Amino acid sequence: MDTVLWSRIQFAMTAAYHWLFVPLTLGLALVMAIMETLYVVRKDDFWRKATQFWMKIFAINFAVGIATGLILEFEFGTNWSNYSWFVGDMFGAPLAIEGILAFFMEATFFAVMFFGWHKVSKRFHLASTWLTGIGATISAYWILVANGWMQNPVGTTFNPDTVRSEMASAQAFWEVVTNPVAVSKFFHSVTSGWVTGGVFVVAVSGWYLLKGREREFARRSMLIGAIVGLVGTGAVMLSGDSSGVHAAKYQPMKLAAAEGLEKGGPRAPFSIVPGVEIPGMLSILATHDIDGVVPGINDILNGYTDNEGNVVPSVAEKMARGRKALDALAVYRELKDSDPDSAAVVRKVLDRNVQYMGYGHLEKPEDVIPPVPVVFWAFRLMIGLGMLMALLLLLALIFSWKDKLDKKNWFYIAALCCIPLVFICGQCGWIVAEVGRQPWTIQGLLPVNVAVSSLSAGAVKTTFFLFLAIFALFLVIEIRIMLGAIKKGPQITEN
Amino acid sequence: MTYTFLQDYWWILIALLGGLLVALMFVQGANIHLMSRRLDDVQKRMILNSTGRKWELTFTTLVTFGGAFFASFPLFYSTSFGGAYWVWVLLLVTFVFQAVSYEFYAKKENLLGTRAFRIALLANGILAPFLVGTAVGTFFTGSHFTVDKAAIANPASPVISTWTNAWHGLEALGQGHAVLLGLTVVFLAVVLGALYILNNVNDHDVRKQMRLTLKIAAIPFLLFFVTWFLILMLKDGFSIDDDGIVSMEPYKYLQNFLHQRVVFSLFIIGVLLVLAGMYLGIFTKHRRGFWFAFPGAVLVVVAVFFIAGFNGTAYYPSLDDLQSSLTIRNSSSSYFTLKVMF
Repeated sequence: MDTVLWSRIQFAMTAAYHWLFVPLTLGLALVMAIMETLYVVRKDDFWRKATQFWMKIFAINFAVGIATGLILEFEFGTNWSNYSWFVGDMFGAPLAIEGILAFFMEATFFAVMFFGWHKVSKRFHLASTWLTGIGATISAYWILVANGWMQNPVGTTFNPDTVRSEMASAQAFWEVVTNPVAVSKFFHSVTSGWVTGGVFVVAVSGWYLLKGREREFARRSMLIGAIVGLVGTGAVMLSGDSSGVHAAKYQPMKLAAAEGLEKGGPRAPFSIVPGVEIPGMLSILATHDIDGVVPGINDILNGYTDNEGNVVPSVAEKMARGRKALDALAVYRELKDSDPDSAAVVRKVLDRNVQYMGYGHLEKPEDVIPPVPVVFWAFRLMIGLGMLMALLLLLALIFSWKDKLDKKNWFYIAALCCIPLVFICGQCGWIVAEVGRQPWTIQGLLPVNVAVSSLSAGAVKTTFFLFLAIFALFLVIEIRIMLGAIKKGPQITEN
Repeated sequence: MTYTFLQDYWWILIALLGGLLVALMFVQGANIHLMSRRLDDVQKRMILNSTGRKWELTFTTLVTFGGAFFASFPLFYSTSFGGAYWVWVLLLVTFVFQAVSYEFYAKKENLLGTRAFRIALLANGILAPFLVGTAVGTFFTGSHFTVDKAAIANPASPVISTWTNAWHGLEALGQGHAVLLGLTVVFLAVVLGALYILNNVNDHDVRKQMRLTLKIAAIPFLLFFVTWFLILMLKDGFSIDDDGIVSMEPYKYLQNFLHQRVVFSLFIIGVLLVLAGMYLGIFTKHRRGFWFAFPGAVLVVVAVFFIAGFNGTAYYPSLDDLQSSLTIRNSSSSYFTLKVMF
């Protein structure tokens, strides 16, 4: 395997590993904040102890989360050096703001929250707990602004003098910040974290009930976990709908791959599994119109007319124009100092074709097709598991609300089984988003083979196995420590 | 606001973050005592508890430093991180272990035992300052890379920044001047760590040990620092003319000091503050030396960044192609990006 593939595998592993910790952090932050609010409002010490228990779990998770976040940030430079230069002007800003504002906020209030129980006032402590969660959420927003820009690169223009995509104007930054793809990704990702946190709390509470321990704590925690999870589920569904619409508009190949749709058009069917389809449903989901055009893989390869009546060129034509742009860029760079007049003429050729410059790096039209089976099945697994989680959370809400949790061992065991499943669900979502974007690092602008650093495959392979060993070690330790903390329990004396 | 002003502003911010990062490495410096035989387990735990409430500041400053460098000078991020691969990966690994060690070390389920995580903290305590110091040291010695922005138009070989040897950063260990700065930062961290613990841990034996550490660490720190500084003042530097052409200039960094009186003043004030902090810790019974040495260290590092990048100097020089050297002007983000982040 070559450097590009190893770099992709390494980044995918780091991102996937990081996403084991982030959703739980986001979900538990909300659960803790709600419980501590109950403690302050109701002046009931039970809620303080409950908060402190979930805070302990949160802290174990938090450390590994921020450690892997650092690796991700550095890997943009170490493994994707061309990417760092080509889009650093656009991509770096949200990343830096995330560090300067959100991460500092999160880390500062985390310290107050964790160490400050007896050192600051109740209200200040409560504010710190909320601000830790808000900090983590803001942090997620800026990261997803960066990721959203990779899916839909708005507000940028190519500068042949610096050879990179640059911010087109001061307003362009707001285009980046309010990029519709980023906004829906933010809600989708953060609220999926609430689902993860909710399922985790429900399952751990179920374990206590299974063991006949901490009954009141478990019942009340389960109720809050179920509410948080269900609110998250609703928001995930709504934002998932807009994510589908955005994919159809900005990344039609991703949607076609997720549906395994070879030939599209109006009244496109939604495939539940191969051979089982709902006619017209994909058009409704993707365009909110049964007659909306959803292009298939072959349509995108060969060219089609979109819903606004625009003729989208074939990939072969885009590649030809991309190569023209690359040739013009090379000539422009040679002539710009020695022969400005000729350079100006070549610049016009470049400007006419620059939007397809990334395609000039592809070898054949089929390169634009992501691995269809991976995206197709990840999408189905995500939806199927998401529905299962919704059912679990609904049952948890009913049972804990009506206080009918006795002798429901089947439910407690099902809830425990859902812990790995909710994480798999989240991972599948990212597989759809990121594998579905292939072969691009930046949709339509920069393919992965041009984004990578000048490293040997052996060097990247070495660091891949190094990180794999570290991640595996940390995961085993984290799970052991978490299980230890859960076994010990909140130690709330119950009447 | 002009583009030049914004570029300079961001270099000042990077310098400040770099200064804070180095000074906050007192956490690393204090952790070298975790394997000391002169302290018992309770005393080591006191040190860990004390640094355990501060390590996040160092960590977040590192994250912010990286993010700010990426956003404001992406060509440095691209060239150095992608080129000096092993240096940055090694630094990452030590910091990743540090981040989890505080959470894991005292837990009985940690699989490897308390000792393993203390060793991880010790390794981070030595390696992190050394690697950061050596990496900054290459700002003055140069590195082996070339930059060809036109490469992206060549589908066969589109990488813009290329490291020209297979060591990918480890060759800096053979550059005596850069290594001297690495060692200086290690002992600076030890000095700052001892001063911090002296001020922060209320235990007679621990304080006694910290004063002893100060005495021992002060000698190599001063030796390495003075040697590094004298060589810097006497060596040729990487100068940029008005057309952006890079050439070697004798006594460039001495010239930078002489032409930037404010920077020289910052440097002298910083050095005096560090010396004052050390003096208070070693020769008096004062415990507040940290509050002199910490800002002093920040000022010295800020001044070092200023002489590396300002006054027409290439801050990340290339030894293989002088014109590939990175400068504040040729490696920064665009006007709008720098303005938006202002």
